[in-house]
Amino acid sequence: MRAPLPPLRLHPQTGIAASARRVRALVRRHAYLLLKSWPRIVSMAYYPTVTMVLWAFLTLYLQPTNSFLRDAPGFFIGAVLLWDVLFRGQLGVSLTFIEELQSRNLANLFVSPLRLREFIAGQVVLSVLRTLIGVGGACVFAWLLFRYSIFAMGFPLIAFFTLLIAFGWAIGLAVSAMILRWGLGAQELAWAAIFLVAPVSGVYYPISVLPPALQAIALALPPAHVFEGMRALLLQGVFAWDAFAWAVVLDLAYLAIGVYLFRGAIGYARDRGMLLQMGE
Amino acid sequence: MNAHLPLPADGDAAIVVTDLAKNYGEVQAVRGISFAVQRGAITALLGGNGAGKTTTLSMLLGLLRPTAGSIRVLGCDMLRSRYHVLPRMNFTSPYVDLPKRLTVRENLRVFADLYGLVDPSSRIAELATQFELAPLLKRAYGNLSAGERTRVSLAKALLNYPEVLLLDEPTASLDPDIGDRMRTYLEDYQRTSGCTMLLASHNMGEVERMCGDVIMMRAGRIVDQGSPGDLLARYARADMEQVFLDIARGSADTPPAPMAF
Repeated sequence: MRAPLPPLRLHPQTGIAASARRVRALVRRHAYLLLKSWPRIVSMAYYPTVTMVLWAFLTLYLQPTNSFLRDAPGFFIGAVLLWDVLFRGQLGVSLTFIEELQSRNLANLFVSPLRLREFIAGQVVLSVLRTLIGVGGACVFAWLLFRYSIFAMGFPLIAFFTLLIAFGWAIGLAVSAMILRWGLGAQELAWAAIFLVAPVSGVYYPISVLPPALQAIALALPPAHVFEGMRALLLQGVFAWDAFAWAVVLDLAYLAIGVYLFRGAIGYARDRGMLLQMGE
Repeated sequence: MNAHLPLPADGDAAIVVTDLAKNYGEVQAVRGISFAVQRGAITALLGGNGAGKTTTLSMLLGLLRPTAGSIRVLGCDMLRSRYHVLPRMNFTSPYVDLPKRLTVRENLRVFADLYGLVDPSSRIAELATQFELAPLLKRAYGNLSAGERTRVSLAKALLNYPEVLLLDEPTASLDPDIGDRMRTYLEDYQRTSGCTMLLASHNMGEVERMCGDVIMMRAGRIVDQGSPGDLLARYARADMEQVFLDIARGSADTPPAPMAF
């Protein structure tokens, strides 16, 4: 005779609350890791801060003789900080996945009630946290050292931040898919992939300086529209709604592609038994 | 040789596997196996290395997509709606680790939340007592011995009061004393909860002690099935170790009997 189980040992497993709880569990797992290692936290802010300082000194050097920088003195600092939003956003998604692979923990996660969409949601939340820590640290130093506040951009900053980090998630998911497909040997992609789009993102220069073929590529990427929008805001004081709209549409398309690739890679791994055996 | 198998129906079975096959290119890892595990039973899945045990367990868990066949666990089709039943299952495997830099308590807390435990702290405390993990709770999982890790993995597998437990070498790397206590705990848990357990093991003493039914695999096929007592009688052997060797080496001269569910 089977003994009855005591009631209410487990919360309901369906619905938004259940999904939120599982996403929170994944975030908790990575928060434990981050919070117990101050070098990890420092290293997240280190690179954005050092890069910001370099561009700030370059600005100080060029500003007296450069009319562009006289009109928009914080341009390079703002640009490098926003570029790091994209970079940190992508790293946040990719590194979360790499950490699970290295820990040989994927099988535990994928036989738990955690859905793939919740895993992705967890990657996204962790990406936001990592970005806020990394770029937030650099923003603090920009104010302390150079009296530059990125928040002077006002509400458009929220749009720029969201559009860039969303593209970072798309790249991060695509990178995660490639790592799953080709193994941990491909993890360098997590650090290198984003720099493929850097030259055509118009971070430090307008898209118009690119050769026509590269301009076409640039305009097919959300960051180019975001940084063109930032230039319009800083130089002309206007919010470029057309650039914003293009960036939104492209972001949605790239996010869909990123999710498709990641789901496909999980399916590929599920066909080959890689979820159980991949790891260091 | 593949045993002649009637198609299993759910009935009192917690696990029903029908014509399950897995090919990796030209390699047939599992070749159309069918079996059922009764609710509340502890069943062993035995076979030599490469027999297809871990492949079968992986497919049961949804970690590996079968080439053909169907799997029903607690009445749910695992290939179509495994999320309905995953909260009621759990597993351990030597192929899987827990995050090494997290402490034992942190690891258990994360999985308690993933499975939606109402009171994670008391469940963790309860398992820590039963698995003698209390002194280890604050230690990083990566700093534990192999035996300690096995105990933590077992505790993780029992966090959600599973109704179906898939155990791949559950007591590997445990010393005889701790191994015996873990087996006793699993038997107690099975008795009190009615949990169904499917156990892959190379420890024949463990199989004889714990399992009411044994499924023997070789080269991706089920080659025999029965209670340990039946198998000992059928192969005229004194212990399961010898039965295992007969079957794994294909030297059994007693043909397996047709299996019934």
